[in-house]
Amino acid sequence: MESVFGLVGKDFAIVVADSSAVHSILVHKTNEDKIMVLDSHKLMGASGETGDRAQFTEYIQKNVALYQFRNGIPLTTSATANFTRGELATALRKNPYMVNIILAGYDKETGPSLYYIDYIASLHKLDKAAFGYGSYFALSMMDRHFRKDMTVEEAIELVDKCIVEIRSRLVVAPPNFVIKIVDKDGAREYAWRQSIKDGQVLAA
Amino acid sequence: MSVKLQIFEYNGSALVAMVGKNCFAIASDRRLGVQLQTVATDFQRIFKIHGKLFIGLSGLASDAQTLYQRLVFRHKLYELREERDMKPETFASLVSAILYEKRFGPYFIQPVIAGLGDEDKPFICTMDSIGAKELAKDFVVAGTASESLYGACESMFKPDMEAEELFETISQALLSSVDRDCLSGWGGHVYLVTPTEVTEKILKGRMD
Repeated sequence: MESVFGLVGKDFAIVVADSSAVHSILVHKTNEDKIMVLDSHKLMGASGETGDRAQFTEYIQKNVALYQFRNGIPLTTSATANFTRGELATALRKNPYMVNIILAGYDKETGPSLYYIDYIASLHKLDKAAFGYGSYFALSMMDRHFRKDMTVEEAIELVDKCIVEIRSRLVVAPPNFVIKIVDKDGAREYAWRQSIKDGQVLAA
Repeated sequence: MSVKLQIFEYNGSALVAMVGKNCFAIASDRRLGVQLQTVATDFQRIFKIHGKLFIGLSGLASDAQTLYQRLVFRHKLYELREERDMKPETFASLVSAILYEKRFGPYFIQPVIAGLGDEDKPFICTMDSIGAKELAKDFVVAGTASESLYGACESMFKPDMEAEELFETISQALLSSVDRDCLSGWGGHVYLVTPTEVTEKILKGRMD
């Protein structure tokens, strides 16, 4: 089961996701990127049904771009979150998307923000959030060590603590994670945490 | 974790509204959960429709958000057309109609409506998920803690309480009831409404 979590720091927000693409007992790949960069200052980490995840996040990304083309200004993070919730809510009673989303963004006026949107379209603005079996460990670690206005270094330390917990305590722990950050300079990949590289030949 | 899906208990909630002397109070808990896991401790369940009308929505959080957006939309249109606020009785009928529209695919919601009507007479009501109104003169309750709330309100309520006493009573009833329900709690949110002012208070209870 896929783990996605995120937190808000002093002038930035971080989203972390595992990077295994799994089909029943088979691991297809271990470097799947589940955090979509929606635009220059927004990240959408998603977990859930693989096809729905890829389709839905791309749909949101293209609609965010369309808004900017039509109106000349980008959507705020809050507007994007509410748009996403609206799409999930409309589809819910017809053809639901089984995708859980952590949306992080940086707006010039309001700073960094993080939104929790689950697959039944419940929306909530939070400072720290997590989905998946890994959430039981990530949320507990964040409850213990999170403080408001952490620096990037402190936040990454906390993220690493969460990753260590997930790796050591989850029975089918994902080996690799991707970390992305969004701040005033934009949304970008920050780091990977890999314990297995694709193509690596492991000694028996 | 696999727990049998009970849709009305998925997110957890507790709501209560009480009538006082020319005033009313409406209170909710603050927990947003996903079955056994707590996701947030500052979730808003009570919404202002206009200065003298509040609605609390218990049940599935997603439907609460959808329904709230629909109701605000309808009330804004009404305000534009009628150039006045909706009376609480009218609003309750509107909510009931909107819920019954979805009779065979309902919103998983139990609303609690509280407002000051003509001559600032307090009005409270609740309804089930398909819009069956239940008007009461004293108090109405909803949510996963509703059974505890019925007991607490029945024993603590007195008619014609003034605003301060009403606030104390509703707060104690809410906090003691949510302490017996694992799916609701993490503090309380109380709105006390009199003809002249609206006070919003956050309660600190057991945070578990």
